[in-house]
Amino acid sequence: MSDRGLATSLFLALKLERPLFLEGEAGVGKTEIAKVISTILDTDLIRLQCYEGLDVSQAVYEWNYTRQMMQIRLAESRDERLEEQDLFGPDFLLRRPLLQAIDESQEKAPVLLIDEVDRSDEEFEAFLLELLSDFQVSVPEIGTFTAKHRPVVVVTSNRTREVHDALKRRCLYFWIDYPDFEKELEIVRAKMPEASEQLSRQVTGFVQEIRELELYKKPGVAETIDWIRALVALDREALDESVVEDTLGVLLKYRDDVDHVRGAQTEKILSRVRASG
Amino acid sequence: MSAPSSPPHLLRNLVLFGRVLRGLGLDVNPGRLLDLSRALSLVSIGRRSDFYHASRSLLVHRREDIPLFDQAFEMFWQTPLDEWDLRELRGRRLKRPDPGPVVAPPSVSPPGGRDPSQEDAPEREVIEVTKTFSSSEALAHKDFSELSEEEVLEVRKLMASLVWRLGERTTRRYRRGAGGAGDRLDLRRTLRQSMRHGGEILRFAKRRRTSKPRPLVVIADISGSMERYTRLLLHFIYSLTHGLGQRVEAFAFATRLSRLSRHMEDRDVERALAGVSHEVVDWSGGTRIGACLRTFNLDWARRVLSGGAVVLLISDGWDRGDPEVLAHSMARLERSCERLIWLNPLLGSPEYEPLTRGMVAALPYVDDFLPVHNLTSLEALARHLEKIR
Repeated sequence: MSDRGLATSLFLALKLERPLFLEGEAGVGKTEIAKVISTILDTDLIRLQCYEGLDVSQAVYEWNYTRQMMQIRLAESRDERLEEQDLFGPDFLLRRPLLQAIDESQEKAPVLLIDEVDRSDEEFEAFLLELLSDFQVSVPEIGTFTAKHRPVVVVTSNRTREVHDALKRRCLYFWIDYPDFEKELEIVRAKMPEASEQLSRQVTGFVQEIRELELYKKPGVAETIDWIRALVALDREALDESVVEDTLGVLLKYRDDVDHVRGAQTEKILSRVRASG
Repeated sequence: MSAPSSPPHLLRNLVLFGRVLRGLGLDVNPGRLLDLSRALSLVSIGRRSDFYHASRSLLVHRREDIPLFDQAFEMFWQTPLDEWDLRELRGRRLKRPDPGPVVAPPSVSPPGGRDPSQEDAPEREVIEVTKTFSSSEALAHKDFSELSEEEVLEVRKLMASLVWRLGERTTRRYRRGAGGAGDRLDLRRTLRQSMRHGGEILRFAKRRRTSKPRPLVVIADISGSMERYTRLLLHFIYSLTHGLGQRVEAFAFATRLSRLSRHMEDRDVERALAGVSHEVVDWSGGTRIGACLRTFNLDWARRVLSGGAVVLLISDGWDRGDPEVLAHSMARLERSCERLIWLNPLLGSPEYEPLTRGMVAALPYVDDFLPVHNLTSLEALARHLEKIR
């Protein structure tokens, strides 16, 4: 995590106990940052993947119905009378990510990653807003859970829609761009040490160049890594036109984009990449 | 946490800095500034980049605002803290970065028309009250391009009274279904209810899907050939934005695409349209529909078309660009939205046939091809939108 701006935002997020809102194109490593934070702080990473219709039963808690049913049958066979609290107690509670994150039994503040919040809907955003202000969850049958250690919250968004300002206002905002050549090369070397230096430089250079083109979906760092992995699997030491054409699908995920880059464009970029490294 | 330990003159400057940012349209409130002063006691304030990043991550929460913040930051903090002058800063006129040359915006009015902001609106309204219903009936069928100035004003009022409702789509969110209605078992409620009968399940509770209005995106052609319609069509977009009770994204293009949504949200119609005329730099220019739609596809489609959007594309189809680019962009647009509706003002005329190169290239990808040339056609459109599922 070499970026000073990101480091400052993160430091403040920890000090001010505020969520960190990371926005940027898909594949720039937003999720990775949460993982790194949890490694550095040596604490658990709890991840909630967002989607439309995400509700309390998936995000916060749910009752374990199978266990409840068995309890009912068991009581029947023993001819016992069941009270409500016998079924709706802590033993039957399934803790979903948000409840796990504020659970009193946590010894250390965990990192709570709320991933791709732009995929959820307004209903969930509203709920999140409430949770992030007091870190409390109330389960009507049991009572209120309050975080003993406030989790370190990281919220990410790919900007497939605008997330409500009210939510962003509560957070420290950081926009993540694609890394520059040097930084991306460093990442490629670290993730794929078995690749030759020449291949690493060419792959990084090539990806950096095609991000400058008008594409529907620019390749992220994750795609760069996938690509070099594919090339290493093919025993390549350097890029040439035919291997680029054959493997372009690893990098670009729209047919329009593949058509745009293939052929003359590939040739041009390759000659530049070869010249520079 | 203890009270902010920043020196008092710094706090005062922060407040002024906040005021400057607010003046530039950034969403900065006193709470954020208090956070910042607290944050500054935690980072090394002498180090410029730390100071910069601390204030940016607390005061900016939209990517678009970052360049604006950067300029303000540069100007505000480069001068020694006691010597700057707020008026001078304002005088330097920070501008939102613009990708192209800025041309003096032409007026929204058609040739010979008056500046709308100088019209004496209240007085006119008094006159209109005296008009009879039958005259508005005739007006409803009159082509927008043939209206007199008085009629334009009346059409605007009638337009505002149209009721807009957009068809709903089924979401993936569930809520409890009343009286056993629904298609998913609600185990939580089923078991809770069973407790009343000693754990015996007598009835299954159900959940059903909720529905939500579809997002609406309007992309309007404001090139020279559309000029006679542009003013009323912008009013139409304005009344959609305010009458639909949901978010409407609006764009306009001639040779370049501009986003109008933020202006259209203004409560004052004249101010909204004045904002639009400043935003658009190629007013009444030539048309490059294909290239503009391509820009839309690249920059906006993923952000505004999610959730099964309905797209209204308003244009007469006179295109000076490459028809192949247009066909390609239309194909992509059609794939990324739920329904692509082309509104063509020329379609109101009985002898019109869509034979221009642009129209021929685009039509295969259009789901509905409808007229927008008078009030009656707008009413028909309103009924049509309501039916979309």
